[in-house]
Amino acid sequence: MRHIINLEVENSAGVMARIVGLFSARGYNIESIVAGKTVEECTARITLVVIGDDKIIEQVNKQLNKLIDVIRVTDVTREDFVNRELLLVKIHCPPARRTEASLVGNIFGAKVVDISAKSLTFELTGSESKITAFLQTLRPFGIREVARTGPIAMVRDFNPRSSE
Amino acid sequence: MTGAEMIIHALKREGVRALFGYPGGMVIDIFDALYSAGVPFYLTRHEQGAAHAADGFARASGEVGVCLATSGPGATNLVTGLATAYLDSIPVVAITGQVPTSLIGNDAFQEADMLGITRSITKHNFLVKEVDELPRLLKSAFYIARSGRPGPVLIDIPKDIQQATTAMPYPDEVNIRSYKPTVAGHLPQIQKAAARISRAERPVIFAGGGVISSGASAELALLARRMQAPVTTSLMGLGAFPETDPLALKMVGMHGTAYANYAIQEADLLIAIGVRFDDRVTGKVSKFAPKAEIIHIDIDPATIRKNVKVSIPLVGDIRCVLTELNQLVENRNHDPWLQTVAGWKRENPLQYTQNGGISPQAVIRTIAEMTGHQAIIATEVGQNQMWSAQFYDFISPRTWISSGGLGTMGFGFPAAIGAQVAHPGRLVIDIAGDGSIQMNIQELATAALYNLPVKIVILNNRSLGMVRQWQSIFYQRRFSGVCLNRDARCPGECDGRSDSCPLYLPDFVKLAAAYNIPGFRSERPEEVAPILEKAFAHDGPAIVEFRISEEENVFPMVPAGAGLNEMLRGMA
Repeated sequence: MRHIINLEVENSAGVMARIVGLFSARGYNIESIVAGKTVEECTARITLVVIGDDKIIEQVNKQLNKLIDVIRVTDVTREDFVNRELLLVKIHCPPARRTEASLVGNIFGAKVVDISAKSLTFELTGSESKITAFLQTLRPFGIREVARTGPIAMVRDFNPRSSE
Repeated sequence: MTGAEMIIHALKREGVRALFGYPGGMVIDIFDALYSAGVPFYLTRHEQGAAHAADGFARASGEVGVCLATSGPGATNLVTGLATAYLDSIPVVAITGQVPTSLIGNDAFQEADMLGITRSITKHNFLVKEVDELPRLLKSAFYIARSGRPGPVLIDIPKDIQQATTAMPYPDEVNIRSYKPTVAGHLPQIQKAAARISRAERPVIFAGGGVISSGASAELALLARRMQAPVTTSLMGLGAFPETDPLALKMVGMHGTAYANYAIQEADLLIAIGVRFDDRVTGKVSKFAPKAEIIHIDIDPATIRKNVKVSIPLVGDIRCVLTELNQLVENRNHDPWLQTVAGWKRENPLQYTQNGGISPQAVIRTIAEMTGHQAIIATEVGQNQMWSAQFYDFISPRTWISSGGLGTMGFGFPAAIGAQVAHPGRLVIDIAGDGSIQMNIQELATAALYNLPVKIVILNNRSLGMVRQWQSIFYQRRFSGVCLNRDARCPGECDGRSDSCPLYLPDFVKLAAAYNIPGFRSERPEEVAPILEKAFAHDGPAIVEFRISEEENVFPMVPAGAGLNEMLRGMA
């Protein structure tokens, strides 16, 4: 199964190498890593997407917790969560096709962030499936370049059952 | 205070009784600070020797072992020692010099990325980038090494940091927000364990190195007696429970006793304490302890459910957990089970056949009798290690110094040196093979010059015996690369020894003489005890060489991939 794991880590040199090294040394499969600063200067947030059965995921959680620089490990997949990826995609788009392209963009809620005589660049955030669907839809234009982050995720506080 | 002075200050504040190391360009400042500091320093002849000596010191004393090496090759020579300590959870602090911060990343002379190299074989490592950080990081290194599940910590200190001055004091304690080992056990889990224990009919206690690092032997013994449960140990657990006790099953696993392996396979409850269910213990995991529920007590949550299914996990310091558990466990009587176990013991004792020459197993038994099971026994790795584990009958913790997890040949002798430094008055013996001893033989100089009276007992079969044993059993006696006497005149294929074999090499008695220490040799069984007596009586290091047959093998043996009850009991 695919798990999204959030890590709160010390923002120290080499912390990323420790995490990646753990995965390669123990043979765990990692699909994506996203790292960024937090409001606390000495803390960073890392979101991992890991593939594995329950036994492997349990070990991944425990081994990550064992790293001295890791402050907290949260497997958000076990809870109700929101997740978003960020996509930048540059498509082949001569002026004649701009209307058509922006219609597709509008449907997905994508923003045009760069335009030239030959190309158009969209920015889109969304779930992994939305990003994938958008890319599929753009394919006929001719995709020149894609940059996408892995997902970042947060546990929801809103609980639909308790609000009923 | 300069950074170098701070390092020495830290050693004193941490109560370090011995420093093992080797100088070099990037640690000259540390050696300068050491010059008149009064910290006992042992110059080994190779950095690997220093790492193993620090490890052996830690195993024998329970204190943190400390080693020091220069950057680049000095530091990389520590690597095997660090990995050895890591796999066996031994508290070691390794201090390495590094090129000046301005040169890091430039492929400077004697530069190696020690953080990168040791990341997966240390519990943690640090590169010090600011001298003001040095006191806190030194304190952290010692704290991390000795707390929780112990392990080696490397602290890499660039030369300019050693030379810079700091006004920061050495802290009394450190608080690492991301590192809080669980010490006290969770009471509801302890109660659950006690309730399960009270229902057990065929319980077995399986104790490992965690019992020794936690200092929980007395608590373990109390639990065993209350429960009337037989106790087996892992290789690392030897000495955690007296092997002369009627409840003792001795070691389990690949070369464990038949009765320990049978007991595990028949048990309905396995209380695993401070163990990690290594593959050398379990055999084929799916066939391991098939009838048992497992209670697993360990300070490291990651060991629990890593290799085997566990019914009741119990995370905490073993001594704390057992103290609590013992208050809840009532006296029990398992006579029918203990009678079954006693039957297995009677029918399947450890045994060996006399071949007319010296039996290595008999050598170990003789040493055990002569020392009253009280000596500190270090071993190398291979057959010498397994015979020692099987036949010595350890009765107290920290008397067994052996590389269990990594299986490092060349570990025993420098580790024995470290153990001897920790316990100057005790008899320390390295039981070696002729292969392993040659891997760190240079440390004879260290033992001789510091007059560390380690006794080296070499069981010389002119072979890399354990690999040869596998080739005998599983590879149709195609002895490839295992004969230590093989020379250019030998036939391409050799399936054993003949009268035309080359002579023994090296001559260990002459080698002893080269280091100005006594050397003894025999191939006659009746000379074993007298020679050992002479060597043990000598007030200094000595080498004893017993020539044994290369056909001596270690049994029982669970073949890789088999269940524990599927043992080979001897050569077919």
